[in-house]
Amino acid sequence: MKAIVCVKQVPDTSGKVAVKADGTMDRASMATITNPDDMNAIEAALRLKDATGCEVTVVSMGPPPAEGMLRELLAMGADKAVLVSGREFGGSDTYATSQILAAAVKKIGVDDETVIFCGRQAIDGDTAQVGPQIAEKLHLPQVTYVSEIEATGKSLTVKRALEDGYMSIQVQMPCLLTCIKELNEPRYMSVGGIMDAYAKPYEVYDFNTLKDDPLIDLDTIGLKGSPTNVYKSFSPPVKGAGLMLEGSDKGTCDKLAALLDEKHLI
Amino acid sequence: MAFDSKDTGAFKGVWVFCEQREGKLMNTDFELISEGRKLADDLGVELCGVLLGHGVEGLAKELGGYGADKVYVCDHELLETYTTDGYAKVICDLVEEKKPEIFLIGATNIGRDLGPRCAARLHTGLTADCTHLDVDVEKYKAFLKTTSTIDVDNTKFEENTNLKMTRPAFGGHLMATIICPRFRPQMSTVRPGVMKKAPFDQAKADKVVVEKPAVALSKDDIKVEVLEVKKAAKKLVDLIGADVVVSVGRGISSDVEKGLALANELAEVLGGVVGASRAVVDAGWISADHQVGQTGKTVHPKIYVALGISGAIQHKAGMQDSECIIAVNKNESAPIFEVASYGIAGDLFKVTPMLIDSIKAIKAG
Repeated sequence: MKAIVCVKQVPDTSGKVAVKADGTMDRASMATITNPDDMNAIEAALRLKDATGCEVTVVSMGPPPAEGMLRELLAMGADKAVLVSGREFGGSDTYATSQILAAAVKKIGVDDETVIFCGRQAIDGDTAQVGPQIAEKLHLPQVTYVSEIEATGKSLTVKRALEDGYMSIQVQMPCLLTCIKELNEPRYMSVGGIMDAYAKPYEVYDFNTLKDDPLIDLDTIGLKGSPTNVYKSFSPPVKGAGLMLEGSDKGTCDKLAALLDEKHLI
Repeated sequence: MAFDSKDTGAFKGVWVFCEQREGKLMNTDFELISEGRKLADDLGVELCGVLLGHGVEGLAKELGGYGADKVYVCDHELLETYTTDGYAKVICDLVEEKKPEIFLIGATNIGRDLGPRCAARLHTGLTADCTHLDVDVEKYKAFLKTTSTIDVDNTKFEENTNLKMTRPAFGGHLMATIICPRFRPQMSTVRPGVMKKAPFDQAKADKVVVEKPAVALSKDDIKVEVLEVKKAAKKLVDLIGADVVVSVGRGISSDVEKGLALANELAEVLGGVVGASRAVVDAGWISADHQVGQTGKTVHPKIYVALGISGAIQHKAGMQDSECIIAVNKNESAPIFEVASYGIAGDLFKVTPMLIDSIKAIKAG
């Protein structure tokens, strides 16, 4: 068996989001983390490794500093890391991103016992599209919103979360799964793992590495190959400050109830 | 004619994917049909629902009642339960044959599985989780005037009827309007609970045209097997449909049981349901179906009460469009007060019981 995990480095939006004067996000001033759902994806792959001894490769598309994140994942226990990085890849929307990542996954090698893991969605774009689009480009079955995995021979039985319950699905390998938080608790890096992380195979795929793949065409990758474009981006106006009521006693509550009554809200 | 997503002129009509689960339409379908109706009218084209399932033809009338001119009913026993493979094949075949200009899908767990798969196969763009859609530039400008800080009158806008798909980015801190100018169909998943449902019209329901395209699907097309579909045992919390949501945050940590009891009591007095911030869900104090926010549900009730919620952008993204927001928080400078209509700086454990009494007194007249 073999596991390939697609991960993304994202700005940590749990703190304050820094916005530049022109209204765009100031990524440079924000800390970066591994996308949270991707941490569940890597943990799922590592558990498969614990159970079967399979090889785990992590792959990410991003600028060269994403190496730090990949080394952390090697320190958690992944065996190999691949960074897909090149000017030609910049400005890609989900369609173009999945096109490039699918080519990279092909180069890493998909056999009939491969499971590709992705996170459900990245916290910066929130689209949840790249996983299914990679699966489509590779003509593999997909299961999204995976909250439980059980491996039996060449197939997996997984639980797929719905809003009001779940589906239990059996899927043949090779396949692609997108993982959610409920799936597992990601492990920490170990000290030994950190020591080993720099000795493990680490490769960079650039445009030249991938250019022979039919998926890699300057018309289907990067800004130019992206079907969607930004028409306008804008900041919502700051909502007019509401009424801060003085005090926090019974009188204040009576006043609030009266105000709600006046506006026919209660 | 071969399908070419670049031949934009060959595409016409607005489509809505109408999701059914166990033979029942989803609320999102009605929201999307209602929204699709407006777009179809602006473009002067037909609005079609796309309904996949087995023995579901009877649901088409309901979709007509909300504004669909026509419903394509794709009936096949392999479509009874949702599978990515089965649904994507049937939908892509139909899109390739009929060539719709716009294709809307509800951003449910199923819609978000299906949409990207189809967009990748059709070689077109897909915008995720949209909260506003326009084709008409003037209407888009009017929308920007009330929702943005852009100086609309002094900004240039390219005039065309491309679908302008607006969605929040970074938890609502930024809004982005996305277009897909070179490829068709223009696809969008739309966040449930955001679009307003039109009133049901029986006359329109009676007039709806039902078309049943041939479905080419065999067992070999489907690489997964659904073993079972199970509903959660407990009753689902209808946060999206509620007029009043009383939410609790980390502020209840000193006495979780009492905090939840107070929220329940206030919700009962106001006729609403209890919501929660992610912190409360992550701590295991309440189940995830109560969660409001970016990774939870988006709500816009008449009254939203935030008890002990600091107001991180991820939370605000899910509730800031509520008509009236009441915030109770010890910390006077909590960001929740930036969006609150009425704020009380105080201890929720002291304020909430008093507020319940005050509201009861008013209601008693």
